[in-house]
Amino acid sequence: MVQILGLFKQAEVAANATEALQQAGYTNQQFELLTDHPYPDGAFGERVTKHRLYVFPFIGALLGFSVALLLTTATQAAYPMVTGGKPILGLPPMIIIAYEGTMLGAILFTVLGIFFESRIPNFKAGIYDPRITEGYIGITLDCATERVNAVEQVLRRAGAEDVLTKE
Amino acid sequence: MQERVTLTSTQINTDLLRNVLKAPLWYWLLMGFLASITLAGSIAVGFMVNKGLGITGLNRPVMWGFLITDFVFWIGISHAGVMLSAILRLSKAEWRRPATRASEVLTVFSLMIAALHPVIHSGRPWRTLYWAFPYDFSRGIFPDIRSPLIWDPAAIFTYLTGSTLFVIVALVPDLGVIRDRTTGIRHHIYSLMAMGWRGTPRQWKLQTIAGFLLSALLLPVFVSVHSIVSWDFAVQIGVEGWHATIFAPYFVIGAVFSGVSAVVTMVILMRWMFKWEAYIRAEHVDALGRLLIAIGTAWLFFFFLEFSMALYSLEDQEIALREMQVFTWPYNMLFLVFVVTGYLFPVTMWLFRGVRRNLVLMLITSLSVNVGMWLERFLIIIPSLARKSPLSFDWRSYHPSIVEITIVLSAFATVFLLLLVFAKVFPLIPLFDVKEGQTLADNVQIGRKSVPALRVEE
Repeated sequence: MVQILGLFKQAEVAANATEALQQAGYTNQQFELLTDHPYPDGAFGERVTKHRLYVFPFIGALLGFSVALLLTTATQAAYPMVTGGKPILGLPPMIIIAYEGTMLGAILFTVLGIFFESRIPNFKAGIYDPRITEGYIGITLDCATERVNAVEQVLRRAGAEDVLTKE
Repeated sequence: MQERVTLTSTQINTDLLRNVLKAPLWYWLLMGFLASITLAGSIAVGFMVNKGLGITGLNRPVMWGFLITDFVFWIGISHAGVMLSAILRLSKAEWRRPATRASEVLTVFSLMIAALHPVIHSGRPWRTLYWAFPYDFSRGIFPDIRSPLIWDPAAIFTYLTGSTLFVIVALVPDLGVIRDRTTGIRHHIYSLMAMGWRGTPRQWKLQTIAGFLLSALLLPVFVSVHSIVSWDFAVQIGVEGWHATIFAPYFVIGAVFSGVSAVVTMVILMRWMFKWEAYIRAEHVDALGRLLIAIGTAWLFFFFLEFSMALYSLEDQEIALREMQVFTWPYNMLFLVFVVTGYLFPVTMWLFRGVRRNLVLMLITSLSVNVGMWLERFLIIIPSLARKSPLSFDWRSYHPSIVEITIVLSAFATVFLLLLVFAKVFPLIPLFDVKEGQTLADNVQIGRKSVPALRVEE
């Protein structure tokens, strides 16, 4: 398989190119867009992103709460200090620590979720060109060696400024 | 409000990465100057640890002095950041773009410095380890979680971790831009930090959601942190002036007031230092000024409530304290300066549009707020302690020593230094955010005038 990257200067031209690719028989599951900033969803006819990021904070919050509860209970039980005849386990301060633990767990797992769902780190992610961070829009796809020329033609006819290939 | 300038991606990269790729000589000189003040502060800390707390102005009953005042102050500054960034992100305020990262980074560094203060104040910094962390298993001694001095590290640790991760997550796309513009060892380091970022729609979608989600998670933490800091005082039943139920919201709103003012100071300095006139415009400072009027007035309401309710109690001790704060030298002078610089001068000035759009005046007024807010913390802490209580056998006033003054001054220099170091390595304005703003902006014709409109993301 060969990786192809078409570079476009304008969003409208790149959107037309994805249509041209679809007319050439490629679905939006087969090509990928590369841009230097977020565009509105569906601006290029790309596939809809599905993710489960919202699950992560809940798992983290549950774990954080459990650890905080264990820590506060264990420290008080390990060094029992009776103050004014009150119970050894002081619930109001435990709520404070448990709250912070819950939030910490939720934040840590959210960040893990962001990286996991964004598929990073990934240092072998495929063909790329620094011009993308100069504002160019990249359309990348994998195709069989014998179809490289045809795909390149489609991209160039659609208005690609440059087309790069990588074995 | 929208006075947008049209900029290309290349121009944005060049402008916002200029300092990262090649810093001018004055930048290094300024960092060297600030580093020398930081060094002086470090020497002062070392001297204090070596000689003991006796060389400070602390005494019985004023056990908390400049360092704790500064601790509360820096915790307050740290609230700017994430609060401003989070609320503006969640409300999709268009003018947030140049200010978000700067305020988030200010949060991280001021929080780090704030957290150092009680550790230094303890006099034996290493001991704070087993005061705060449950590790000393061999002796069966564990932190007492009923103490607010344990709630503090828990809250600060959560906030610092969350804020730092917030900054890191939003930095990844910009690290990809720097990676593409560096060579040699710097390219390898930035490549590693960019983690293979390419800018796919999936990555951008997650990046956008991450901004909202982390904002939503950090907002309740930010409220809890300063509430807990206020409880360091409020749960003390023996100190008049501290034992007030209103302390938590009063501290939170005060923190937001001083923090947002610090962000104004910072963005104005950024504009001047890095020549970012096209990015940080008068409209941004104007919007922050309007926001500050509302926040400042809310703070005044809480201040009034706290003060008047104390007088309303008609308790002798409470009234004696207020009398000391307002009429006794030198607190009366400090009180006057606090009220004028903290509210009357800046908020009155911000009522005028011309002032809100004048960067010099905005710099002066935003600095003025923080002079006032520092004094506010001082006036809460010191006079409340420097009084004879019914069971006091020994009492006196408080005069900060040169060691404490040096440490406090060096804290300001260190935060500034850390910000400069950050700005040398990473962009202080998120490039992708500015570029997105450019893409979403559009001109609409209204009558004979073409004005910038905004297509809001769905």
